[in-house]
Amino acid sequence: MSVMVARKKVVRKWEKLPGRNTFCCDGRIMMARQKGIFYLTLFLILGTCALFFAFECRYLAVQLSPAIPVFAAVLFLFAMATLLRTSFSDPGVIPRALPDEAAFIEMEIEATNGTVPQGQRPPPRIKNFQINNQIVKLKYCYTCKIFRPPRASHCSICDNCVERFDHHCPWVGNCVGKRNYRYFYLFILSLSLLTIYIFTFNIVYVALKSLKIGFLNTLKETPGTYPSSLTVLTVLEVLICFFTLWSVVGLTGFHTFLVALNQTTNEDIKGSWTGKNRVQNPYSHGNIVKNCCEVLCGPLPPSVLDRRGILQQEESTAQEGSCPRGPGTQEPPATQGPGQAQEGHSALSPQVPAPSVSDAELPEEKQRTPGELPVPSPDAGRAEH
Amino acid sequence: LCPQVHSLQELRRSASLATKVFVQRDYSDGTTCQFQTKFPPELESRIERQLFEETVKTLNGFYAEAEKIGGSSYLEGCLACATAYFIFLCMETHYEKVLKKISKYIQDQNEKIYAPRGLLLTDPLERGMRVIEISIYEDRCSSPSSA
Repeated sequence: MSVMVARKKVVRKWEKLPGRNTFCCDGRIMMARQKGIFYLTLFLILGTCALFFAFECRYLAVQLSPAIPVFAAVLFLFAMATLLRTSFSDPGVIPRALPDEAAFIEMEIEATNGTVPQGQRPPPRIKNFQINNQIVKLKYCYTCKIFRPPRASHCSICDNCVERFDHHCPWVGNCVGKRNYRYFYLFILSLSLLTIYIFTFNIVYVALKSLKIGFLNTLKETPGTYPSSLTVLTVLEVLICFFTLWSVVGLTGFHTFLVALNQTTNEDIKGSWTGKNRVQNPYSHGNIVKNCCEVLCGPLPPSVLDRRGILQQEESTAQEGSCPRGPGTQEPPATQGPGQAQEGHSALSPQVPAPSVSDAELPEEKQRTPGELPVPSPDAGRAEH
Repeated sequence: LCPQVHSLQELRRSASLATKVFVQRDYSDGTTCQFQTKFPPELESRIERQLFEETVKTLNGFYAEAEKIGGSSYLEGCLACATAYFIFLCMETHYEKVLKKISKYIQDQNEKIYAPRGLLLTDPLERGMRVIEISIYEDRCSSPSSA
């Protein structure tokens, strides 16, 4: 008698990924767990632009030029596209080490350090590398069980190691790392331009109307009538733009500075490359244009998470653990028998962070969590991180 | 009697996994993806040093090509930016194209060189670009004296 195992549902790899991310659209979209402030960002942008297009644009298109709403629309669409790209894409998460690999690295560490007697704190796990004639230390991540590549950092909010970690931004609801930094930069740049644009044309609108019917009359039109609601909305838009201007434009300036020097926010906060006794930034090309080109237009590595790959199930009769990528990548999941599949399966189940974390790691990770308590004040650019 | 030379399929069916070796990343050139060419001692008896180094050097060459910063990569970046990155919905990036070449190369190497020696390379992409995993297989029915 043959037993047919009917699989009700295909399980994809994103369902078993460790870390505190949320996934949508069957793994196509990847975000942080807390999305409240992201919805606020969306609401502010969409709301303000809707008011602008509905009211001011109609008047200004007729009085001045129809190009005004067209250009605003282009800026708006670009800002929205880059925002969604930043929020929904993989920032450059480094997948955790599988048990075999973790064991191999542990053996290597023990071989270098020697076994530690009971009761003594193990030495911090650090490897030294020389990059461009400067010594850079690689830290061992106890959660992911890997030696972090240079410039990578562990985000405690998302519980992932991220390559070229910049910061965790609650306003976009995701980490900003190697793969989405350029989208983030273009988002804040286009948002700055959009805010300045709307602010300017709101002022122009009020000025034009004042010329026609006098400034005081523009402000104190009787409530309930059509022109009065317009003024209230205009004032509201101006206020939102004013506060947004100070924060977003400041942030854009700060990130332009970082891009020109090929630094990350994380490195800037920790002061990795500043100070007399520290090494100089080995990743900077020394040339502002070259740095900008590399950060904003350089090659974009694809995500290594393979969120939509089909997870190998032990019970399945058909071995079809094929990743949707190349022909060669089919082999490894399919080659391994039930034992391996089980190992792969358990490795992807959520891992409990290792309880023993060296002191060197703890203060750093605390430093990186200003974003955990979202600071809604739009003042200092950095407070938004 | 077991055949001396294994094809990939036979390897998966008849051999049992003995151990795995992990070739780590080499960060001496910065954050670019390069792997160490140091020969792991576990492979001493299984494969010639030169063949292994050749494989790793070729892979390093491929990754360097993928991450090359130059005219064509800037052009791709600027074009993508001008279309608000919508072009990525229909176009494959240069990096992805090279990754496909890499997986083909690894499959090729496995079939020609590694499987006959009871070894199997895993594409680093499967391991988050952290390591090249080399699985070492033992023959279940291997006999010390050749037939």
